[in-house]
Amino acid sequence: MADKVIYAMYDDDDVLKDGAKKLVAKGVKVSEVFSPFPIHGIDPIIGIKNTRLGIMAFLYAITGTMLATIAMRYFMIEDWPMNVGGKPNNTYLQNMLAFIPVTFEFTVMCAAHGMALTYFLKNKTLPGLPAQNPDPRTTDDRFVMELRLSENSNFTVEELNELLKTTGYVELDQKEVN
Amino acid sequence: MHKESAIREPLILGHKTYTDITADVCKPIEDKAPKAWYVLFSIALVIGLYGVGSIFYLIGTGIGVWGLNKTIGWAWDITNFVWWVGIGHAGTLISAVLLLFRQKWRMAINRSAEAMTIFAVFMAGIFPMIHMGRIWVAYWTMPIPNQFGSLWVNFNSPLLWDVFAISTYLSVSVVFWYIGLIPDFATLRDRVKRPIPKKMYSILSFGWSGRAKNWNRFELVSLVLAGLATPLVFSVHSIVSFDFATSVIPGWHTTIFPPYFVAGAVFSGFAMVQTLMLIMRKAMRLEAYIHTRHVEYMNIVIMVTGSIVGTAYITELFISWYSGVEYEAYAFINRFSGPYWWAYWSMMTCNVISPQLMWFKKLRRSLLFTFIISIVVNIGMWFERYVIIVSSIHRDYLPSSWSMHYPSHIDLGVYVGTIGLFFVFFLLFARFFPVLPIAELKTILKSSGESYKNAPDTHGHDHAHDDNHNTNNH
Repeated sequence: MADKVIYAMYDDDDVLKDGAKKLVAKGVKVSEVFSPFPIHGIDPIIGIKNTRLGIMAFLYAITGTMLATIAMRYFMIEDWPMNVGGKPNNTYLQNMLAFIPVTFEFTVMCAAHGMALTYFLKNKTLPGLPAQNPDPRTTDDRFVMELRLSENSNFTVEELNELLKTTGYVELDQKEVN
Repeated sequence: MHKESAIREPLILGHKTYTDITADVCKPIEDKAPKAWYVLFSIALVIGLYGVGSIFYLIGTGIGVWGLNKTIGWAWDITNFVWWVGIGHAGTLISAVLLLFRQKWRMAINRSAEAMTIFAVFMAGIFPMIHMGRIWVAYWTMPIPNQFGSLWVNFNSPLLWDVFAISTYLSVSVVFWYIGLIPDFATLRDRVKRPIPKKMYSILSFGWSGRAKNWNRFELVSLVLAGLATPLVFSVHSIVSFDFATSVIPGWHTTIFPPYFVAGAVFSGFAMVQTLMLIMRKAMRLEAYIHTRHVEYMNIVIMVTGSIVGTAYITELFISWYSGVEYEAYAFINRFSGPYWWAYWSMMTCNVISPQLMWFKKLRRSLLFTFIISIVVNIGMWFERYVIIVSSIHRDYLPSSWSMHYPSHIDLGVYVGTIGLFFVFFLLFARFFPVLPIAELKTILKSSGESYKNAPDTHGHDHAHDDNHNTNNH
């Protein structure tokens, strides 16, 4: 189904933020904001939930800890126990101090790379993917607010344009998308 | 926006706007490279290629071409390895530790400091690889199933911990650096006109679009990566110090090593950042973003870490006497009065005295003085490693095997070559990559930019309240 999208462009992050607040108060749904840098405080206004990537990082981290522990226990205790000066070599616990550095490094490695990969996949940013920002200036000094007509069925295009006028945009654009 | 005290010097000088920041950072990439760049690049490339040639000769002939002997089995290669890893500590410290402490001045230097880190760790990685002699079996350091029975690498050995520490540090630093680069590559993609660069930056930017949710994730990922990288920075040089500290060689067998090595690493890393940054800001006309205030902050870090290093030297010396162990005492007497006295006293002068001059405000705000000291510090830190390593082993328990270390021309060639290669990489970075984090600089423009800072607040006072909702802001 064809959908109409309105792009309102601003030249200041605070103006956009105030505008979004005004629109949301009137019941308008702001679908997306494109900006050249993070606008602090915009997420709760347009209803974006905080990311859960931090939880993922923790899960990757404990996976790393577990893998390192299991592997080192197998290599050093079970498969080829080393006898260094007759020191105890038959339990993991008694030998654990020497394994802490690698456990730590492997935990960090898994957490960091796991999180980074999830971040790329969730953002749909991978090498070769096309950019989706509506205007090339949104990576420089312009901020764009996107309103979708399908998500604002209580309003007509004219009403939305009227409301947007009060927010102080610098340019307005409309597009048909699928 | 967080308000900042009006007394604080602005971090971005001049009356910059958002688009000025983009233009200033992109200009050196879009313009033709200046003649000086080609000259420097050619010199670095020739030196680097000489190093590569030396490495090929070394691998082809065997590590007998090094100046090692039966007493000194470990000298030049490990010195250079530790020196480069140490230098590679500043970048992640700046981008991770200073991010956790919300230090806004890091924004101007973190990108290039981290690039410097990555290239320095590359250079460091060369030494353990080539010192194996048979570099093609380097993968034996990995715990992989093999045809030698159930033989595994030794997880009790600090040398193996190093394999894990360095590879984790390098790969996590690259990821951290690249995640920050993506939005800036997107800026370049949307700016450049010529088709080939546009295509290149388009691939490099991974299709970044700057959606609100993307930025939300970006901020959290940066924060968590910073949280992970912070203990990583400290662990890497601690583990490097374990290479020595867990042995029973007098002069190496010291519990003070981990904190002392980490402080020394930050010390030399910041010095290298100063050396590069002072040239870069001038050559690329970034004086508005990296100015006296940034240099001063870094000099304070150099002063503090230099003082820690100095304290460690003196503690080490005192304990060698106080321990009552005659071998330990002799190792240190030999260090400062034996045949390597000149190396010891060069280290003492460069690392203990020179950073103390930074107590004078005039000196630590002087760019020329900083540049000189930054080079002096790195010379001193090279000598520190040489002193610790060579002076501790050249006179062992058996006086008949006492010996001296003289580097061969291959030793020198490999070392100088890594400096050349390092600059080759750094110059390429400065030519094609955004050397300042464009997106992050824009976030501090309103709180720390000169024109905004002292202007009356025109946007009402409810923004401070908004900020509280977002826990990820910085």
